[in-house]
Amino acid sequence: MSTATPTPVKAERGVLTKKGLQADHPTWCPGCGDFAVLAAYYKTLEKLDLPQQNIVTLAGIGCSSRFPYFVNTHGGHFIHGRSLPFASGVSLGRDDLHVFVFGGDGDGFSIGGNHLDHAGRKNFRLTYVIMDNFVYGLTKKQTSPTSPQGFKSKTDPWGVFDRPTNPMRKLLSSGATFVARTHATQIKHMMEMYERAALHDGFSVIEVLSECVEFYKGAFDAGNPRKGGAFETIDEEVHDVSDMAAALALAEEPWPGKFGVYYETQQPTKNKLEKDLVEATRQKVGHKSDKELLAKTFASMR
Amino acid sequence: MPHNSANPIPAREELIRDAVIRLAGNSQDGIQSIGGFLARLAGRSAQEVMTYMTIPATISGGPSIFQVRMGTGEVLSAGDEADFLLAFYQHSYEDHIGFLKEGGVLLYDSDHVKLEEDDHRFVRVGVPISALTVEALGGSSREKGKNLFALGLLSRIFKLDVGKLREIFKERFGGKAEDVLRNVNLAFDAGFSYPIDNVLDRYFSFQSEEESEGPPQVTMDGNTALTLGLIAGGVRHGAGYPITPWSTIMEMLRQQLPRYGGVFVQAEDELAAVSMAIGFSYAGRLAVTGSSGPGISLKMEALGWATMAEIPLVVVNIQRGGPSTGLPTNVEQSDLLQAIHGSHGDCPRVVLAAENVEDCFYIAREACQLARKFSVPVFVLSDMSLASRIEAFDEPDLDALMIEPSLDTEDRPADFKPYDLERITRHAPPGTWVEGGVFPQVTGLEHDEAGHPSANPQMHAKMMKKRRSKIQQIAAELPPSQVFGDREGEVLVVGWGSTWGPIRETVIRERDCGRKIGHLQIRYINPLPNDLGEIFSRYEHILVVEMNDEGLYGYGQLATLLRARYCNPAIRSLNKTDGLTFKIKEIRQGIEAICPSPAATLQAPVQA
Ligand SMILES: Cc1ncc(C[n+]2csc(CCOP(=O)(O)OP(=O)(O)O)c2C)c(N)n1
Ligand code: SF4
Ligand SMILES: [Mg+2]
Repeated sequence: MSTATPTPVKAERGVLTKKGLQADHPTWCPGCGDFAVLAAYYKTLEKLDLPQQNIVTLAGIGCSSRFPYFVNTHGGHFIHGRSLPFASGVSLGRDDLHVFVFGGDGDGFSIGGNHLDHAGRKNFRLTYVIMDNFVYGLTKKQTSPTSPQGFKSKTDPWGVFDRPTNPMRKLLSSGATFVARTHATQIKHMMEMYERAALHDGFSVIEVLSECVEFYKGAFDAGNPRKGGAFETIDEEVHDVSDMAAALALAEEPWPGKFGVYYETQQPTKNKLEKDLVEATRQKVGHKSDKELLAKTFASMR
Repeated sequence: MPHNSANPIPAREELIRDAVIRLAGNSQDGIQSIGGFLARLAGRSAQEVMTYMTIPATISGGPSIFQVRMGTGEVLSAGDEADFLLAFYQHSYEDHIGFLKEGGVLLYDSDHVKLEEDDHRFVRVGVPISALTVEALGGSSREKGKNLFALGLLSRIFKLDVGKLREIFKERFGGKAEDVLRNVNLAFDAGFSYPIDNVLDRYFSFQSEEESEGPPQVTMDGNTALTLGLIAGGVRHGAGYPITPWSTIMEMLRQQLPRYGGVFVQAEDELAAVSMAIGFSYAGRLAVTGSSGPGISLKMEALGWATMAEIPLVVVNIQRGGPSTGLPTNVEQSDLLQAIHGSHGDCPRVVLAAENVEDCFYIAREACQLARKFSVPVFVLSDMSLASRIEAFDEPDLDALMIEPSLDTEDRPADFKPYDLERITRHAPPGTWVEGGVFPQVTGLEHDEAGHPSANPQMHAKMMKKRRSKIQQIAAELPPSQVFGDREGEVLVVGWGSTWGPIRETVIRERDCGRKIGHLQIRYINPLPNDLGEIFSRYEHILVVEMNDEGLYGYGQLATLLRARYCNPAIRSLNKTDGLTFKIKEIRQGIEAICPSPAATLQAPVQA
């Protein structure tokens, strides 16, 4: 990765522009798929036109997780694998925020794998983008949980023999209420997925195939028409996005598989359920002040 | 104490200052609840009280004890020996008789216990507790209610205030089905009316104490006090994962916080719990996470991030025996150095330790204040013994103490920098507009003032100093350390955490014997107060008493720290790792070992 050259930025209150969203110049290798993921994020935010100060961009650790530095929003660069629980706290603490999380395949499927299952089933209101490059980029070419068998990494120079995670199956079984898949060379499709994910009320997660040109060049050519591959999207006239069995069947399709929304359902979010609990409880205690409530608790212990 | 005029006991009355009562049975016998009733009664009778219990590590059944020390005047420890042992079973008798002091009263369930024939060291009182309980409640009750029968017996023997006890029953059981309260009273009455004077030639009454003018007393265990301290300190958010003995705090927070408009999340593990708590705090909601032993180890990486990113956070560690899964239901103070140094890198943070149940409330509240003011993680150390011990203390003055949480998303000026080198960090949580339109980043990478990564060596040194000097500033603002007893002399006994009571009682007794001795309990472990060096210089010996191992070099964890800081060879260490709290006798022996008193050589060995 090259060194940072800060670009001057200026955002205006109430006016969301691409220029106002830019921050540090990205430090990714030239040609890295992550640039496109970032560009699509800018464009999506611009289109959604949210109050800029209420957007939060968070990440774990990895090349992809440098993301927040390149976006002029409130941002946090957390630790490896724990961005989801961190972001869940932000989301649950503040209903007025729009929380977006970015990270790599190692961050999301390996060290942070368990958090996916719980963020999914609890349905926190946030959007999570996994920038899958099938390799550990930042630490320079070790095997990742999504590295296909045969890939020659520094930790498997003879070719990976452990079976890879099936990302879509993992995301579907996590209980996430919106699950989609896209490709970093397909900006329009990426934007469409982001936008739908952002508007989804619940835990929305997207796998975006984002090539690491440094350590796994050509990994996703099979899904890129310009490289002789096929970018086959899901036809929602045919595929019922609320059908989990159909979504799981899509996840089993041979490489490179299909792109688009695999699954979407409406379930109450953790945010809403906790809020309802608070409202019911506040009602029950007669909306007393905090001091009155605590004094009552002490009095019951006399 | 009001006299019960209906009491026909012709036996001799003995006035006592305090009594140590040990109840030994199985965990399903409800002896904890007798203890709870006694403690609460004492609290309402202007008596001091302290309890001690063991919870078996097994889920149900298994031996369990509850010990209550109650009396007039200050009660500082749970007592080295029992004046009174109530044994429900043979194993209770066999395991605990060694704890009863000679001449003490052994009350036992004659349906279950067979005494050794020729042991006449104790006053032996057998009562068919099981049979009489069944008789009182009817056959279907089996032996349930034995605890209340026993409480009835104790009330008779100690002339307890039955009226107040009945009030407490009513509060405790009034909400349940009518026959529950009726059965409680039936079992209690059966015990109370048992003709105990046929077998016991005396009864006891506590020296009366003036009903004090001060605030009413509240009675609770340390984990409850700590939880309420967090609420008073303005914590409304948090996350945790269950583990003994931390769990009861998270259970209370989960149930209590919605009343205050907050939320506590049971996370999938401690990594998630600490991360979520940090997320709440970053979002402007001061949060708590906590655990014990293994769970605290799991939190260490994220806690390092919170120091680096300068996020306020309260971290509770209810210590238990380690290492690893260790002794989950025993007490130990072996996480002190972990609390200070457990994360990688030079990672300064604040560490406080609660001295007793009451202090659990105050220190938790203070932790919230420090975390907020200095934007830093603050550890609160408590332990297994404080967690479940019940004490009575003055009801806190909430008018003065309550801190209402506030979310600060006021606009920030254009020159706002999250890591301003000239100021203590005060973050602008998301939702805050920054004039000029450049938003802050929070990060665990070394960074510049705006929060963008910087590997510049000078910047690293400057930021390191920024994170360190705010902790030094806390030290400068600490109140003066309080020495109890002699302000100079032969020995200063130093402790931290729950050893406060036993050390205080030891020092009182040693002073009564003419020794020039003082007591200093350190509540602020990191940073240490700045006045300790001067205090230490006034004593010939400094004995640091800790429930942890003497380590490779012969010093416990706090002793190691104090020796490193003060290079004072007078600092010595008294340690133990038997999973139990210090006895007065053990501390007195420790003092004697480094500083023999001339009187002691003339007398019999130190009696505690
Ligand atoms: C606890 C911990 N373990 C290991 C690392 C080292 N590390 C940093 S990023 C990374 C993997 C990055 O791979 P991925 O998440 O796929 O992101 P990418 O760089 O490919 O975008 C590792 C192992 C770390 N920072 N923290
Ligand atoms: S993912 Fe690969 S190409 Fe992208 S910045 Fe990292 S090393 Fe470079
Ligand atoms: Mg990767």
